[in-house]
Amino acid sequence: MTEVTMTVNGKSVSRPVRGNELLVEFLREQLRLTGTHVGCDTSQCGACCVHVNGELVKACTMFAAEADGAEVATIEGMANADGSLNVIQQAFQDHHGLQCGFCTPGMVMAAAALLKDNPTPTEAEIRHYLQGNICRCTGYHNIIKAIMAASGQDAGKIAAE
Amino acid sequence: MYSFDIERPKSVADAVAALGADEAQPIAGGQTLIPTLKQRLASPSKLVALSGIEEMKYVRRDGDTLVIGGGTTHGTIARETAEHFPGLAGLAARIGDPAVRNRGTIGGSIANNDPSACYPSAALACGATIVTDKREIAADDYFQGMFMTALEEGEIVTEIRFPIPEKSAYMKFEQIASRFPLVGVFVAKFADKVGVGVTGASNDGVFRWSEAEQALGSNFAADAVSGLTAPDASDMISDLHGTGAYRAHLVGVMTKRAVAAAS
Repeated sequence: MTEVTMTVNGKSVSRPVRGNELLVEFLREQLRLTGTHVGCDTSQCGACCVHVNGELVKACTMFAAEADGAEVATIEGMANADGSLNVIQQAFQDHHGLQCGFCTPGMVMAAAALLKDNPTPTEAEIRHYLQGNICRCTGYHNIIKAIMAASGQDAGKIAAE
Repeated sequence: MYSFDIERPKSVADAVAALGADEAQPIAGGQTLIPTLKQRLASPSKLVALSGIEEMKYVRRDGDTLVIGGGTTHGTIARETAEHFPGLAGLAARIGDPAVRNRGTIGGSIANNDPSACYPSAALACGATIVTDKREIAADDYFQGMFMTALEEGEIVTEIRFPIPEKSAYMKFEQIASRFPLVGVFVAKFADKVGVGVTGASNDGVFRWSEAEQALGSNFAADAVSGLTAPDASDMISDLHGTGAYRAHLVGVMTKRAVAAAS
């Protein structure tokens, strides 16, 4: 076991971890932050996406020990300070950007990472950026609409498919 | 996963020392190795994580050479080489997906030499130099077949030096589920030669398509590839995603597209 210290959603945490303990296991099982989902555990689906030092990563494909000293942000830290949904989360609700909701935490974290670098992405840029996030309800259309709306753009411009 | 210890050195020297332990194995971005460990296809006693080594993360231009630290992620390379070497930036920007690009590194890709990895084709086409903690190796000598390289046990890829071509482009035909290229071709035009590196296609791993290099050397145009015989299909990978003949055909198609797109 190795002791790791990291900041998760603004709070400093220190815990012993196993060498082979994944970041997603650390978040879900040690910290009980179960909003970060494990869909595939093979780095394909993106349900486990979190931010490490501001960058989008798949928490199932990184060891907890590698996050020692890092700033980690998960879906639990995305809401506004007063507990209301942030602009991306609200847009997902408004535009029905989720059906079963399993992929949603990863989608919201990916959307947040995209909008940080590219505040007004085109539809094509959003689709390209979400290549690593799979929605098995296949609800992509409304996810794209939600992200367009969250970036202050006219979501109605996207052609129906 | 089997159980193992993990160590996170801060310098190349400390990493090399840590790799001296029995059955210790380096891990770069882990985007290939972690899935491999989950399948219990590897059982190191200790992983030496290279991700904490800041001295291996850089992109800089040195005259006509682009010098990239082995620990630099695909995402950083996509951003920081766009101005000097757009062909390489385009390659890096289309590896995997954004989250994978934020972890995976060029050193890890070059060290693993997956037969479908993207960077090895660029390294071969440009005649790059692979720098390790011990020595410098020419790309032509470095890649030695599927998952085989000139690296010795515990040797770390610390830097890759790319001669910057006048024009270049990478074109890949994606295997849509894995996003690895079914066939990928990197074309690099220099003042005195043209390099064509092919990945994903051959049972022998990445290779240079020398007939195309010669043809393009005298006429750098997509049409120059049209008259060439495709590489021997019997040497090509054949699997449920495509037959050897299909891959051999794709080599020509991707080469033409890369020449047409080169900038």
